Amino acid sequence: MGITRRAALQAMLTAGASAAGVRPAAAAVVPAPPADALGLLYDATLCIGCKTCTVACRDANGLEPDTTASPDRLYNAPVDLSPRAKTVIKLYAKGAVRSYVKAQCMHCVDPACASGCMLGALRKREHGIVTYDPDLCIGCRYCEVACPFGVPKFEFAKAAPKIVKCELCRERLASGKEPACTEVCPRNAVVFGRRAELLTEAKRRIAETPGRYVPKVYGETDGGGTQVLYLSHVPFDTIGLPALGDEPAPQLSRSIQHGVYRGFVAPAALYAALGIVMVRNRRRDDSAR
Amino acid sequence: MTFQCPHPDRESGSFSRRDFVRLCTMAAAAIGLGPAAAERFVEAAERGAKPSVIWLQFQECTGCTESLLRTSHPAVDDLILDLISLDYHETLFAAAGHQAEAALRQAMRANAGKYVCVVEGAIPTKENGIYCMIGGRTALDILKDVGGQAGAVIAIGSCASWGGVPSADPNPTGAVGAHEILRGKAVVNIPGCPANPYNFLGTVLQYATYGTLPALDSDNRPKFAYGQTIHEQCPRRAHFDAGRFAQRYGDEGHRNGYCLYKLGCKGPVTHANCSVQHFGEVDGAWPIGLGHPCFGCTEQRIAFRVPLHTTVDIERPMPPDTYAPIHAAQGRVSPVATGVAGAILGGLAGAGFMASKKLSDDSRPSPPPAPAAERTDAEA
Amino acid sequence: MTARAESIGGSLITPATRALAALVGLAALTILWRLVAGLGATTALNDGYPLGLWIAFDVVTGAALATGGYAIGILVYILNKGRYHPLLRPAVLTSALGYTLAGVGVTLDVGRWWTIWKVPIYFWRWNFNSALLEVALCIMAYIVVLWLRLAPALLDPVTSGSSDRLRRAVATFTSALDRLTIPMVALGLLLATMHQSSLGTLMLLAGSRLHPLWRTPLLPLLFLISCVAMGFAVVVFESALSSVAFKRRPETDMLASLAGMIVPVQAAFVVLRAGDLWWRGMLGQLAARDARAAICVVELAVFLAPVAMLAPVQRRRDLGALVRSSMVLIAGGALFRFDTYLVAFMPGANWSYFPSVPELVVTVGLVAFEVLAYIVLVKTFPILAAEPRVERQAA
Repeated sequence: MGITRRAALQAMLTAGASAAGVRPAAAAVVPAPPADALGLLYDATLCIGCKTCTVACRDANGLEPDTTASPDRLYNAPVDLSPRAKTVIKLYAKGAVRSYVKAQCMHCVDPACASGCMLGALRKREHGIVTYDPDLCIGCRYCEVACPFGVPKFEFAKAAPKIVKCELCRERLASGKEPACTEVCPRNAVVFGRRAELLTEAKRRIAETPGRYVPKVYGETDGGGTQVLYLSHVPFDTIGLPALGDEPAPQLSRSIQHGVYRGFVAPAALYAALGIVMVRNRRRDDSAR
Repeated sequence: MTFQCPHPDRESGSFSRRDFVRLCTMAAAAIGLGPAAAERFVEAAERGAKPSVIWLQFQECTGCTESLLRTSHPAVDDLILDLISLDYHETLFAAAGHQAEAALRQAMRANAGKYVCVVEGAIPTKENGIYCMIGGRTALDILKDVGGQAGAVIAIGSCASWGGVPSADPNPTGAVGAHEILRGKAVVNIPGCPANPYNFLGTVLQYATYGTLPALDSDNRPKFAYGQTIHEQCPRRAHFDAGRFAQRYGDEGHRNGYCLYKLGCKGPVTHANCSVQHFGEVDGAWPIGLGHPCFGCTEQRIAFRVPLHTTVDIERPMPPDTYAPIHAAQGRVSPVATGVAGAILGGLAGAGFMASKKLSDDSRPSPPPAPAAERTDAEA
Repeated sequence: MTARAESIGGSLITPATRALAALVGLAALTILWRLVAGLGATTALNDGYPLGLWIAFDVVTGAALATGGYAIGILVYILNKGRYHPLLRPAVLTSALGYTLAGVGVTLDVGRWWTIWKVPIYFWRWNFNSALLEVALCIMAYIVVLWLRLAPALLDPVTSGSSDRLRRAVATFTSALDRLTIPMVALGLLLATMHQSSLGTLMLLAGSRLHPLWRTPLLPLLFLISCVAMGFAVVVFESALSSVAFKRRPETDMLASLAGMIVPVQAAFVVLRAGDLWWRGMLGQLAARDARAAICVVELAVFLAPVAMLAPVQRRRDLGALVRSSMVLIAGGALFRFDTYLVAFMPGANWSYFPSVPELVVTVGLVAFEVLAYIVLVKTFPILAAEPRVERQAA
């Protein structure tokens, strides 16, 4: 009986500890951006807030006008990314300091949304673009919990809702065009290209005119790196880009899951342990009778 | 080269070629053609290749004719009459009665299939069209006759384009536009109340010079004039985008020249070029420029139907002059729901504790457990 | 086992069942409205708070409240404490109902509920990085296991009366189930362990958007431990209330021992939680002057309270005290889950969320349904022990 109890307790503790991930598996390998990763470079110092990109994005994606901030429905005025706004221009203004910022999906190198998506409706596909397939989506909104930038938006207002977010104009890319927003920007504040080249260009700009920029390219390593890069003359956290550190957002959760369920060893072991204990108990009771 | 005015009862000045070329340039520019077209117009006029124009007038106020004649420097009425051969026009003709009718028939015979038939005014259709009769014939018949044999038909003004004022509810005469009578025939509509004369002029000159008509939209209106809405080309658009409106006539916003949307301006749904091509050759001579909201005179669904001061929907909203903040406040906490939740939790807690109190009062200490079970427990 | 349990009979139409049915009816209408009009029209959910009451309570807390079967299962089958066997079937019933309703809750909450069948079927699309997938699959499997565990009780009326052929088929089925007891129970315990802990892992994906007071790799373990304690507490609560409601002799002995077991489990939780905060240097944060720190302190206090309430041994024989401390414990476990899913989640100060009235109505209705179903099933099928006195039985 004592052995049984010890074995049982041991089994439970093993299960508990591994379930806790107290000793997570050796850090999962941090994915590097794909070699042909495409992305955007947005230079807040060049943006004039004309919002032509938001109109072009709306037209290219066939979105309804977002009249959230316009109760009289006079204006296309989203206050944030929404099911009707895959990109939005926001303004940071404090005293004399002003900066526009263009918000859209960051197309992270290691996206948290894709990490949590049960059937992979959100998935990193060609050129590292994080794509969305509504056929695999059950609308659980776990991606919204996961995204550190609050990008995926859900069509709460519809009875048959989907997640909506920028997909880098994949269909336009497929026919040789560039994303709608970068095509129309009158100042090339947002440009499109290979991530590696955009990163080089961003660093060149900082090097050439150091006083103009905060000396950091946001997205180089933030949250594990993003394919949409930002240059700014004001601190990034003031324009809604949080300080994330270099660890990819899904790292902790993933390492716990992998640590516990790698090869299903721990669950199988626990199952076996439970079975063994119960068989022993039954034999003990049978013999006691 | 000087032109002689063909009409004896008009003062004729001599007009320089320069004035004439200037007119043609303006006309060409109005329809979006360049100086080359202007030169073609001039050449054609100098050759004497003037298209025959037969101008019919039905249920109308003659405002469109007047609008055409209100180009004043130089005296355009003369110039126009030398660019085109106006073979029939009830208002401008010195002749009348049988003479006029004879001129009409002669012009039709001489230029059958080639003349431009201009229609001004709506055509009544009720009771076989007896509500407008000229020379013993109904407008209906006249139009079918004259329009049927024309090379091109141009409906000038909203009345001829879609019925205009006479067609306003309850439309007692059954007034309709020319194209409804001449079905199967291409009719160019130049709506407006009045129509902008340069829209008309440009269309006629293009036909006269090139034999073609300008690109038309689905309502057969030339796109160069009716392809965009007033809202898209309005000089007060910046005020709209910034949310600066006149709320009442004479208030500060009105006096500052702010947007007239709230006063019922139909600009967002009215296709016309009034804002870029003013009237009477006077800068700012157009409704909004004078401080009155556009009433949509070119649009059949708007003019004389939607009340003057009723605001219209913006079909394709564009971004305003304002910006979203970095973190916009979203979501709300309903006080009612908070109350309900509080009540539920309170109720559950209260009920639970009341029940437990009752249990405590009711329960007696249980008899001590059977010794065998106790020992087993201690061992296990 | 079967010989020891019997339906308690009695009328199914009572003031209580009528009231519960009314609540269920109201919820059913609201659910219909939600299905037709969508989440935006019926809930206060938004993109800042995509998970709300239905997830935090109906699913996560509901699953924790449904661990009675798990907790008693460990006692009976692993720790071999057969004296608790009479508590097993009602606990499994509560678990089956609770998890089924958690499943209903999830199906209502997801926006594209008509595609939920793809989750277990589209195995070639399974994303093994997702803690949510693991939770979903485990819960789906667990619901099946629980109802299979209950099947013999639910098929009991068939064994008396009905045609011969049916009786034989049922007998074959139940004896097959009986032979499969060990693998099935082991599977149930495994599944429960897996998903209860993963419910804790879930919120870790929020990363920096989860408040540091809750953002710990120990979250899965904390969820697991608290759910075991909650399982015991629910069993105690239910048993005490059942004995009063159905006028049966209270199983005070067993409940007192169960209560005794709650104490170390709760204490372990508090030690782990506080220890983790200390280890990560977060203790200072508890003194911060903000709402989250205050709620964390309240959370710890509510977890400690049952330890204090149940520490004195004679208190455990007082049914009222047992019920009160169970309630407090359940409240603590629920609070911990609410905190992890809603309070600790930081989408930004510009976002607000509070459940809407329809959300509350549906939640209340689902719980009412569970209670109603429990009453109906317990009166119709042999779930509760025939006699309150316990004897050692064959496992």
